[in-house]
Amino acid sequence: MRRSLKWSLVALGLLVPLSAQAHRSWLLPSATVLSGPNVWVTIDAAVSNSLFVFEHFPLRLANIGPAPDSVGGRGRGADLVITAPDGSQLEAQNGAIGRYRSTFDIELKQAGTYKIAAITEGVFARYKVGKDTKRWRGTAEEFAKQDFSKAEDLVASAMTRRMETFVTAGRPTTETLKPTGRGLELEPITHPNDLVAESTASFRMLMDNEPAADVKVTIIRGGERYRDDLGAIEVKTDSDGKFTVTWPEPGMYWLEAGFRDEKSKIKGVKERRAGYVATLEVLPP
Amino acid sequence: MRAALTVTLSGLALAPAWAADVAISVQIPRINQAEYHRPYVAIWLEQERKHVADLAVWYDIKLRNNEGTKWLKDMRQWWRVSGRDLDMPVDGLSQVTRPPGEHRVAIDSKNPAFEKLPAGAYNLVVEAAREVGGRELVRVPFEWPPKKAERGEASGSRELGKVAIELNP
Repeated sequence: MRRSLKWSLVALGLLVPLSAQAHRSWLLPSATVLSGPNVWVTIDAAVSNSLFVFEHFPLRLANIGPAPDSVGGRGRGADLVITAPDGSQLEAQNGAIGRYRSTFDIELKQAGTYKIAAITEGVFARYKVGKDTKRWRGTAEEFAKQDFSKAEDLVASAMTRRMETFVTAGRPTTETLKPTGRGLELEPITHPNDLVAESTASFRMLMDNEPAADVKVTIIRGGERYRDDLGAIEVKTDSDGKFTVTWPEPGMYWLEAGFRDEKSKIKGVKERRAGYVATLEVLPP
Repeated sequence: MRAALTVTLSGLALAPAWAADVAISVQIPRINQAEYHRPYVAIWLEQERKHVADLAVWYDIKLRNNEGTKWLKDMRQWWRVSGRDLDMPVDGLSQVTRPPGEHRVAIDSKNPAFEKLPAGAYNLVVEAAREVGGRELVRVPFEWPPKKAERGEASGSRELGKVAIELNP
């Protein structure tokens, strides 16, 4: 793999969506349950081994700005999409990308639940021209227009990666929890800002809006630097895409799931791959 | 101690047949800490772990622009079962924070929480959360309505002292 491409993929977390062992990408909110007027949250975003420690790469976010030269690599970052309780989209404030983390603020002017998502979508293609192996990356629209007439052995995959977290000011609302229908998504049955240790929460995984059955979901509590046992919880979704988790203790949890099949609806693309990551806060009873 | 549990009574003739007098007291312990803030305290009734009615919420009601509500969520159980559904301040509920000592929560027989309370087993729940401090929750079970003079009591260990409810038919 070309070095520049490799580095940009590493920075995007794109190399890791199907592996729980490699680097982890995450969003980390300063709080998820808030009260009072004039409240803000600040969100950190990074790619690291240790949860939720800034020690490897910032998460590249296209609408926050360029990464410093010391980060290395190139490429467009994920698109940050912040949805307010009424469904409108907000711009991040005070954004910055550092050597180890990206950061931005959100003013919670409305009461209710906000969804913060970092989304990467695209088509990745590999093909041969003579003896040379070529790679191509672009959007589904660009892929449709691209001239691959000289390409042999063209293999293309559609990739979607979502990283999400949720914060609530005042009473939790559900408007923002509706799936967008693109890629692998978490449809909360239990509200994601109403998670309590020693209680059980239910969710459903959807792939392009259809229940994603038999998907492995890995859940890890942050702060493993301070313990010996990673304590990962692994569950599989049922035929309806549902799974449940009983939170063993309070903390900030990282949830990851991956999906792969050969039912892409994009013309000329067979494989679809998707990754989903959520950061969920579980409070004490 | 006894004196702090003064029973209040008024309008007995107008209250439902089973009305009783209720006196609640909450002790805020003295804590030696350089930066001490008075705790936020929520007092409510529950039945089988389900919220029934709020009795009082002590918080910083005097801060400008309702900013004292920023820490209401720190009384996290109360916030989950009731606080997040309220638009504070609420008349009759919102009260100033209290210093260390024993405090009587005046409840008269026409208090809406008790006036229409169906007969049954309840808990008085008191939750305290202190800025740059800890949090504690104390439950005191009681039966409603009281058949005779009853007194229930429980103690916290850090953020709350003695919590008592006294009922007189």
